[in-house]
Formats: sequence, structure tokens, C-alpha cells
Amino acid sequence: MNSASSGDRPSNMIDPKLLEILVCPLTKGPLEYDAEKQELISRSAKLAYPIRDGIPIMLPEEARPLE
Amino acid sequence: MTPPLIFDRLLLRARRKRGLRLGPETFLLDQVADEFAHRLSLVLRRFDLVVDLGTPTDAVRTALLRGGAIGTMIALDPIIDRPDRAARTVWRVVADEESLPFADNTLDLVVSGLSLQAVNDLPGVLVQVRRALKPDGLFLAALLGGDTLAELRQSFAVAESELESGVSPRVAPFADLRDMGALLQRAGFALPVTDVDRITVRYATPLRLLRDLRRMGAANPLVERRRAPLRRATLARAMAVYAERFAEPDGKVRATFDIIWLSGWSPHQSQQKPLRPGSAKTRLADALGTAEIPAGEKPER
Repeated sequence: MNSASSGDRPSNMIDPKLLEILVCPLTKGPLEYDAEKQELISRSAKLAYPIRDGIPIMLPEEARPLE
Repeated sequence: MTPPLIFDRLLLRARRKRGLRLGPETFLLDQVADEFAHRLSLVLRRFDLVVDLGTPTDAVRTALLRGGAIGTMIALDPIIDRPDRAARTVWRVVADEESLPFADNTLDLVVSGLSLQAVNDLPGVLVQVRRALKPDGLFLAALLGGDTLAELRQSFAVAESELESGVSPRVAPFADLRDMGALLQRAGFALPVTDVDRITVRYATPLRLLRDLRRMGAANPLVERRRAPLRRATLARAMAVYAERFAEPDGKVRATFDIIWLSGWSPHQSQQKPLRPGSAKTRLADALGTAEIPAGEKPER
């Protein structure tokens, strides 16, 4: 599951079209994509949601609070 | 206003994970998945962007993708560690069904199989779904409701009132079919339709039912549940009551599952609507073949 080298499927990439429709689940505000950290940043909720193996984890309790 | 918390959502996720570890019991979901495919085959259009909202297995999305009239499928799950037969053609998102991460006016179809009975704020979820749908987008969901597990609820109530200091909630409260149409309408859905499928499952013993429920990840998820472990004597008494009261002639026991189907469309110009008040071309009295009595007057006796 977590090996990024599997040739079948770019498992560590998130589809850009999915990024277009995702919003912050708490505020419904826009998200910024940080490709390097693999995070989706919600300025309005001050949270960074992680992306693991290409799957966005849109759970506030899993998100990193922004200072 | 915050609705009261009924379901412990974190516990629910833990229960679903345990169910997967035990080897999930999926006969109800498989039946529901077939019905989804059938119902959607009657809707003669293609849905480009589809969200599967919290269905505990991949059964529904697999059935829909096989049907063909589906573009991209997004699976929204509250937990992450499950295999997905359709993984390569499905985009996955982990989120809680109660807080949807989708922008307004983006989805063509939202489906949900046997997941929404365990949300705390169903009206809130319905509003979020309707907003995420494009105009003329469809919402189709199946959830447990009505008299689901009424036999088990009664058996535990009898056992606990005999052997414990009082009755505690052992089976979740379920929504009533009659409330559902009103909820859909309140959430702004057009052409709301609700109906119920009753599935009666027969078990060799009531304990087999409990084992299945654990495998469905459906063991008691209530916030108000009794925290102390279930006593052996109480469980034994509940199972005895169940076997006494709900046995079939052949000695098997029955368990009721009421599956409530909901569908509604995001409003669009092209949909049929009621006529505006005052636009009628025929008098009601003529249609009924009676004399018209002006408002405020009483018929003569």
C-alpha cells in the first residue's frame, strides 16, 4: 500500500481534478495545495490536512494546526 | 443550535475497523448494492462525477461502475485502512460524513449505502449533500431505519430490567420513514421519494446475529451506552428472551432490517413543479361534481 514505487498507479499523487472540488470540511473555505509537504491548507480553519499515499485526510483531528 | 450527540463517531470508526479485521459480514450491503444498480439503471442519464458517501465496503461503487453510466467515482470513507477492489478507478478521500469536503455545485450524483443511520445530524448532512450537487444532480441513499433490530432492542430491555438497575440503550434509535420525506424537502431537494425494503434474516441462534453485527462494524456506537462491560448473565437472559419471543416454527430466530431508501434531486428548471396558486383553469367544485361554497360560509344543514 505505502510503497511509492509501485508502477501500477501513481499512488502518491493526488489528482488535480480532485483538488479542484475539495474544500475545508469545517468552513467550506478554499484549500491551498502544498505539494512539497503533501498538505492541504485551510487558512480559514487554520489547519493543514495531510495527504497520505495520495489520499487527502480531511479530518480535523488528523490535521496540523497552523500557528 | 447543536443537535444532541447520539453516536460516538470515533468509536464507530474503531468498530468498523474491528469489523474489517474480523472479516466483514456484507450480505445486507451486497443486497443493497444490487438494488442501487437497479434503481440507477432506471435513471436514463450519465453521471460524470459521483461520490460514494461512507458506504462501509466497495460493494455499491463496484456495482455502479459495472453499470457503466458513471464517470469518475470518489469514495468518501471515515476510515482509511480497507482494501478496495475498484481502487484504481476510484479517487479516495477520508472525511467524516457529517462534514463534507466538497465545494458547492460540483457533483452529479451522491450515493450512500447503510452509512447514514449513524450520523448525529442527518438534516445537516442532507443540506451539505444538496449544496454539493450540481443543479439536477441526484442523491440516492439507503440507510437502516424503522423497526431495524426491534427484536434485539426488546430482548435487551427485558433482560436489563430483570437483572440490572435499569435499561440502557443497546440498539441505536432509527429514523422513521415518514420523517425522511420531510427532511429531504427541508434540505431543499426536489421530487423527494422515500420507500422501505424490509429484510427479515433468520439465524440459528441470536448469538449468531450479534456476531454478524460485530462483523458489520455495527456493535453499539451510542454515546449514552452503558460503559461497564455487558454482564454474562444479562447477555444470556437477553439471548434466552430473544429465542423465546422471536422464534420461527423451525426453531430459528428472526431479525428485522428495515432499509429506508431516499432519493431527491437538486432543483433545476427542467423538473416538473406544482402549478402556481391561482393558475388553475378548472374549478375544484366542477372536478368534484359539487356546488362551490364560498370561504367563510357553512354548508346548510
